[in-house]
Amino acid sequence: MQSKDINEDIRWAKINEDVLRSMENPRMGYWLAVGVCLLLLALAIIAEIYQYRVGMGVGKLNWPHMWDLYIATFIFWIGMSHSGTLLSAILHITQADWRKPIYRFAEAMTTFTLMTAGLFPVIHLGRLWNMYWVLPYFSDRGIWPNFRSPLVWDAFAIFTYLTSSALFLYIGSIPDLAICRDSATGWRKKLYTILSLGWRGDDRQWRNFRKTYLIMACFLIPLAVSVHSIVSSDFAMSIMPGWHVTTFPPYFVAGALYSGCAAIITLFILLRYFFRFEDYMTLPILDKTCKLTFAIAMVWTYLNLIEFASVWYGHDAVAKELLIAKFTGPYSPYFWAMLILGSVLPFVMAFEKMRTNIPVMFVVSILLNVGMWLERWMIVAPTLSMAYHPFAFDVMWANWVQWFIVLGSFGWFGLLFLIFVKVIPSVSMYEVKEMIFHRRHIANKEIAAVMHRRATDPKPTAQPASGQAGGQGSPGTPGLEGA
Amino acid sequence: MRKGRILALFSNFDEAFAAVSDIRHYKVPGVSVDDVTVISPIEHPEIEEVLGERPCHVPKFTLVGALFGMTFGFLFLTSAQATFLVQPQGGKPVVPLPTNFVLVYEMLILFGVLFTLVGFILGARLFRRRKSLYSEKVTLDQVGIELEVEEKYIEPLKELFNEHQALEIREEVIK
Repeated sequence: MQSKDINEDIRWAKINEDVLRSMENPRMGYWLAVGVCLLLLALAIIAEIYQYRVGMGVGKLNWPHMWDLYIATFIFWIGMSHSGTLLSAILHITQADWRKPIYRFAEAMTTFTLMTAGLFPVIHLGRLWNMYWVLPYFSDRGIWPNFRSPLVWDAFAIFTYLTSSALFLYIGSIPDLAICRDSATGWRKKLYTILSLGWRGDDRQWRNFRKTYLIMACFLIPLAVSVHSIVSSDFAMSIMPGWHVTTFPPYFVAGALYSGCAAIITLFILLRYFFRFEDYMTLPILDKTCKLTFAIAMVWTYLNLIEFASVWYGHDAVAKELLIAKFTGPYSPYFWAMLILGSVLPFVMAFEKMRTNIPVMFVVSILLNVGMWLERWMIVAPTLSMAYHPFAFDVMWANWVQWFIVLGSFGWFGLLFLIFVKVIPSVSMYEVKEMIFHRRHIANKEIAAVMHRRATDPKPTAQPASGQAGGQGSPGTPGLEGA
Repeated sequence: MRKGRILALFSNFDEAFAAVSDIRHYKVPGVSVDDVTVISPIEHPEIEEVLGERPCHVPKFTLVGALFGMTFGFLFLTSAQATFLVQPQGGKPVVPLPTNFVLVYEMLILFGVLFTLVGFILGARLFRRRKSLYSEKVTLDQVGIELEVEEKYIEPLKELFNEHQALEIREEVIK
């Protein structure tokens, strides 16, 4: 297996060539994927028009099942949005440079998943024409949103997150859009001239760019955490059994990171395969992403166990009955599938051979997200089926209307992503150049040897040469004490 | 005195920085390092050591944006909530502070981000026409040094850049 995150001998011009080539005229496979996405989207539009004309009843949404697949899928997409920007921001602040070849498409994923998630509350409302009633404008009807409701917080948080994530993605792309401008012809040149905002790469622009990017990364970390905490409040602030749980906010955040990481792995493998990005989306980077996913999977598993334990020992009879029903009741096959896919399957990623096996990781990453979708469904559906009133116990299975709309959301996301990879470079060219430059010039072998020294290795014994400044090592390793 | 603009392209940062270093040490009398603009495909991590510290005002915009977001957010929400006075509240406060804390937090971030963007656009001088000396090679793999100086300094600068193996030198007179 390749040992370095990236081949340090790649020429800068080749990076431009490789990435720009991926944006050229698409091949048959691309149009096929576009066709599938359009088909799924068309199914959703048909189902939505039918539901719009007849009413929410055709989707089997009725008391007590006011929320079902729509809200479960809404949480799923919101969750998936978290890894892209959040991980990109965290890894940027911690200067983990292996993020550089993969962060662009991950950030794009964030923006598009939010755009997909935002459709579901609108669809779920039923009366689309009254959508504007939820906005906090000054109304002469005296109708105001309930500011105490987490649903209103959701609207604020998601709007802020979508705006900030889209700007984070766009600002980070400006130097690459300038590269596109300088290489393109025809309508693309005009487009990129507008999008690159006159970027020319002078020191003033880089200085402001770096500061801006860092500040936005600092804003996005607490914002991303707050968004999913607020989404969890939609449930946790109610008194419904199974929802009124203190650990819901961290549980939701962990689940969000988990599904987002799994989605990054899926897209990583697809882009690597279809665009021949083997030089940039390397196996060591896949390995690191899988390790991160595994760690988050264990956090998610732990929080699941905490939730079960707190319900079990909490002596809330109704909540306990619901928990038992999840394990043994009508939803139990899906609940067990969620646990196996979410908590057991990730152990595949504990093995290096598996982590670097691309077909295995592709299948595993998709199954992890199936598990995470089931998790969201298992949050929503069982509680509505078996709440406080036995006379209202009712198990409902979604019909074709709900399923078509759910599948259509995947088509919508896929379509946005397919357009993205042909318009915006899916690998950040300037950041990859920086990564290579940094590794080639700054991180020399002696520094690397010190940084990667294992605990069991003998300690370096070389003393600073006489006449050198205190604390300075050999001439090649400035500032590294004892090197 | 007419002014001129000169752009030299180098194959790497080392040569370009060596040329800047010579300018810093007044090898061309009358030309200061403050006149130098480095144009590059990436930002060199040690560029501040070469050019000296130059100001960046983006954080000030961020601070103003965040404070504005907090203030505006709170006033906007409370003014909206105050209209609840005409509706029965059932003993609940008209302006619920814990709720507003969550919403003000989001507004703080939203306006912080938006003002940061404005600061970036102004600070980086975006939305301006690129100068005619601009070379597309600097987005590929070359490093450029650009100076705007009096016309009499153009020749000595060309000599200096040639000493440092400049790949290409472009110049123009500013009318």
